[in-house]
Amino acid sequence: MGPKHAHLTEAAASGTHGVDRREFVRICTLAAAALGLPASVAQKFVFAASRGLRPSLVWLHFQECTGCTESLLRASHPAISQLILDLVSLDYHETLFAAAGYQAEAALKKAMVDNRGKYICVVEGAIPTKDGGVYCQIAGRPAIDMLRDVAAEAGAIVAIGSCAAWGGIPSADPNPTGATGAPQILTNKTVVSLPGCPPNPYILLGTVLQYLVLGTLPALDDKGRPLFAYGRTIHDVCPRRSHFDAGHFAERFGDEGHRQGYCLYRLGCKGPATHASCATQHFGDIDGAWPIGIGHPCFGCTEQALAFRVPLHQTIEIERPAPPDTYPPIHADHKGISPVATGVAGLAGGALLTAGYMASRKLGRKEDDSAAPGRSDETKED
Amino acid sequence: MNSHAQPIGGTILTKPFRALLLIFAVAAGVIAWRFWAGIGPVSGLSDGYPWGIWIAFDVVTGTALACGGYAVALLVYILNRGRYHPLVRPAILTSALGYTIAGLSLAVDVGRPWNFWRVPIFVWQWNFDSALLEVALCIMSYIGVLWIEVSPAVFERLQDTPWAPVRRVASVITRVLDKVLVWIIALGLLLPTMHQSSLGTLMILTGRKLHPLWQTPLLPLLFLISCVVMGYGAVVFESLLSSAAFRRPRETRMLGSLSTTMVVVLFLFLGARLLDLTWRGAWMRIPGSAGYGLLLSVELAMFLAPALMLLSKERRTDPGHLFRAGMLMMLAGALYRFDSVLVAFNPGKGWSYFPTVPEMMITLGLVALEIMAYIVLVKTFPILRGIAPARADAGHS
Amino acid sequence: MAVDRRSILKALAGSAVAAAATSGRALAAVERKKVPAEAVGLLYDATRCIGCKACVVACREANDLPADPGPFQDRIYQAPIDLNDRTKNIIKLYKDADTVSYMKVQCMHCVDPACASACMLGALSKDKLGIVSWDGSRCVGCRYCQMACPFNIPKFEWRARNPKIVKCELCRHLLAKGGIPACAKACPREAVLFGKRVELLADAKRRIADHPGRYVPKVYGESDAGGTQVLYLSAVPFEKLGLPDLGDAPVPEAARLIQHGVYKGFIAPAALYAILGTVVFRNRRQALAEETPAGDAAGTRESLP
Repeated sequence: MGPKHAHLTEAAASGTHGVDRREFVRICTLAAAALGLPASVAQKFVFAASRGLRPSLVWLHFQECTGCTESLLRASHPAISQLILDLVSLDYHETLFAAAGYQAEAALKKAMVDNRGKYICVVEGAIPTKDGGVYCQIAGRPAIDMLRDVAAEAGAIVAIGSCAAWGGIPSADPNPTGATGAPQILTNKTVVSLPGCPPNPYILLGTVLQYLVLGTLPALDDKGRPLFAYGRTIHDVCPRRSHFDAGHFAERFGDEGHRQGYCLYRLGCKGPATHASCATQHFGDIDGAWPIGIGHPCFGCTEQALAFRVPLHQTIEIERPAPPDTYPPIHADHKGISPVATGVAGLAGGALLTAGYMASRKLGRKEDDSAAPGRSDETKED
Repeated sequence: MNSHAQPIGGTILTKPFRALLLIFAVAAGVIAWRFWAGIGPVSGLSDGYPWGIWIAFDVVTGTALACGGYAVALLVYILNRGRYHPLVRPAILTSALGYTIAGLSLAVDVGRPWNFWRVPIFVWQWNFDSALLEVALCIMSYIGVLWIEVSPAVFERLQDTPWAPVRRVASVITRVLDKVLVWIIALGLLLPTMHQSSLGTLMILTGRKLHPLWQTPLLPLLFLISCVVMGYGAVVFESLLSSAAFRRPRETRMLGSLSTTMVVVLFLFLGARLLDLTWRGAWMRIPGSAGYGLLLSVELAMFLAPALMLLSKERRTDPGHLFRAGMLMMLAGALYRFDSVLVAFNPGKGWSYFPTVPEMMITLGLVALEIMAYIVLVKTFPILRGIAPARADAGHS
Repeated sequence: MAVDRRSILKALAGSAVAAAATSGRALAAVERKKVPAEAVGLLYDATRCIGCKACVVACREANDLPADPGPFQDRIYQAPIDLNDRTKNIIKLYKDADTVSYMKVQCMHCVDPACASACMLGALSKDKLGIVSWDGSRCVGCRYCQMACPFNIPKFEWRARNPKIVKCELCRHLLAKGGIPACAKACPREAVLFGKRVELLADAKRRIADHPGRYVPKVYGESDAGGTQVLYLSAVPFEKLGLPDLGDAPVPEAARLIQHGVYKGFIAPAALYAILGTVVFRNRRQALAEETPAGDAAGTRESLP
């Protein structure tokens, strides 16, 4: 397999890159679990990785802050980034490359030619579309053209981060560059979207591993997001959910409720409308290292309708409300009476009765009609 | 025997008529809203109180007020008191209009009025347990019967038109009608007996939801007697009111002589009600429900008062007193029926009902429509017994 | 022959006797309806219920009912306060100083339902399993069923242009496919069970016998209001849970006795019609004879109404 293969098994055996075999296996197991796959698949991951089946991975950077790359690299457990770099053959990555300029371009071309139809294309950052896409150019080429070129021959396309998934922060109003995500440009291709700002690195790991080992992409929802990570909302599995159900809310930062760890819905938490896995998969491999965990409401970074659109502390509608810890009484109070109507009815009734009485008095005052002509009924016998 | 009935003539669009038209126009708008938005937003009805004033007043009370035709027909055609004959046509007209308006109210109240036609036609689906089925069928037939009974007035008028073919048709129809009218009249006596009593039977099914002071197996009988009471009351009221409004001679003497019958019926009701309460031991219920006890007392007082008034000879010959007695009789019956269908109905804690303003507007509008129709018909066709038609510039409608 | 008051009264009395005689036979003939042979039902044991409301959610899903935001906390929760046109099943809470009990409320599927007795064209009817269901094609929307039901179960769509009557129908669409009602399926504590009424009743009685002191010693619905196919066990008196004391007589019995008694075979109305017709005929003939000996026609005839 060549030097890359030797590098891995050597590393696995000797632990020189800080990854021993046990750690390696553990991470593969975690990744399989995150994908919702059985432990046997983890073994396959280990096997595949140790046999050096490393697909080519081409990583494109466009209108991005490089946060998605950084989140991979800055994980507190260094093995993840190592692992990704060891699992795949990273054939083009502008941040991590030592090479630059014509050398980098050549590497990209070579990777595309050598691995035609098989390489994974990861896109980080939004793609400007206005004015022919001049607002982001690499090697003199607009990002949109580069994306179309590289994606044309890719075996799998993954848009990592909200920017690449739907436009992210560059697409916030007024969106002067016409920034948009990769799926909106590559409309005739399947693009796996991993929105988030940044997304949890385990999601990318899981997706890449599945492609590596099983040759398939994970099941996707209607926005192209893997269901294993984006199938549920934050609210569905939030550790503070019982507070929501019991009606315990933090009303202000630092108040008693906030101190008690109450639900942050009233502070503008977008959890109920945000599909992501952050509630169960925290960041930096540290338990509790995620926004709600540290006391700030979720701002919906994966959702185009919410992130960089709806103010951080503005409350949203709940998509699927569920029964709370309150019950109706045996005899509920069904309010039925309008005081206005009662008044109107009283007035009307009173008026009619009075009118009737007055009419009767008028009748009584007129002279008796027995003298009126033409009456003949008094002559008839009963 | 008596002088002819004649159309009153005169302008239709008087000021009061236009006021009624305005009221009806508003109500028509509300009715359109009811069909657009559903019954809920327009009314105060709810799952606890699914029947409100549209049933309790428009149908249950309204048809009883329209029982003047029934009450007078009983007198004239069964008890053979021919002197009351002049009261028949206007009473039948009021009945026809009243029942038709009740039918319109039902079309507004009911959730799916377009299914009404199934009731008389889908015989194989009839549920013979249902008192409401019987009420519906009887009312549908009775409306037809009433308009047939009104039609002689129409055809009589048509016999005076200048067009010969119309005259001929009118006279043929008049002859045919004359032959079958006996059986129509008999039907017009049978049907109200059936359905007015069954209106009472309706509430028997509600069981304990109706307060024990009103819930009784005697409900059908009490409803029947109260409808006769209200019928006579309506006849007196309407006759004196028409005479005043159209400036025609009053029929005080004739109405006064009705008093004996009216007193009998009033005491019949009181007797039945009191006997029923005693027999069932219902008096025990009053201490626990003071409000209902008071309501019962008011009901009984309102039946007693006109009876006492009409016992006195001078009172019954005074049109003012007669009118008040008539009003009291109508109100007494109305109160009894309102209580039996609505006020004494209690589905359970937490439910309450009061009609909303739009709901009341619809009722008011339909009543206005009825009055307008009465005015138009009475001015166009020979309904009221008359001497001379009212002057064209008469201020009253 | 003069038709006077006496003869009329005699005739009326005669027909009244005839009607009474026929109704007497009718009264004896009106038997109480029996529980259907294949009757199914529910048994709800309030002492087993934990108020999780899984049954409420399951009912909504199984019946495709729209969301029903309740009044709590500015309507952010789906928590109706009572049955209504979007909610066929609900859990209520009874609470007093000493005790707490949950109460599941849905249609009782009475053996002799008041609603079915009320309905003019039989839109509400019992099938052979005894399930009371609603057929919209026969419904006029008169809401007499709502007036009649002693448990206030049928709910009306007050805001619809073509309103329905909505109530539990024991998930008969699921039963048809061999399933069971969604509430019974969802209950994690088997507080509500589905099965044949005879078996559920026997089970309920066994529970009372095996656990003296745990329950009020009565199975509500065994004979209440003629019997219901949904049975209740409770530690709290049933009245407090909203189940009224209705006695053993079926609710429709009283009205049915009158309707069938008076109108049996339509004899009384027909007899009355014949009498009325005859009287009117004779009276008119007499009046005509008195008025115009020559008996002239049209126009001046006053015996027409």
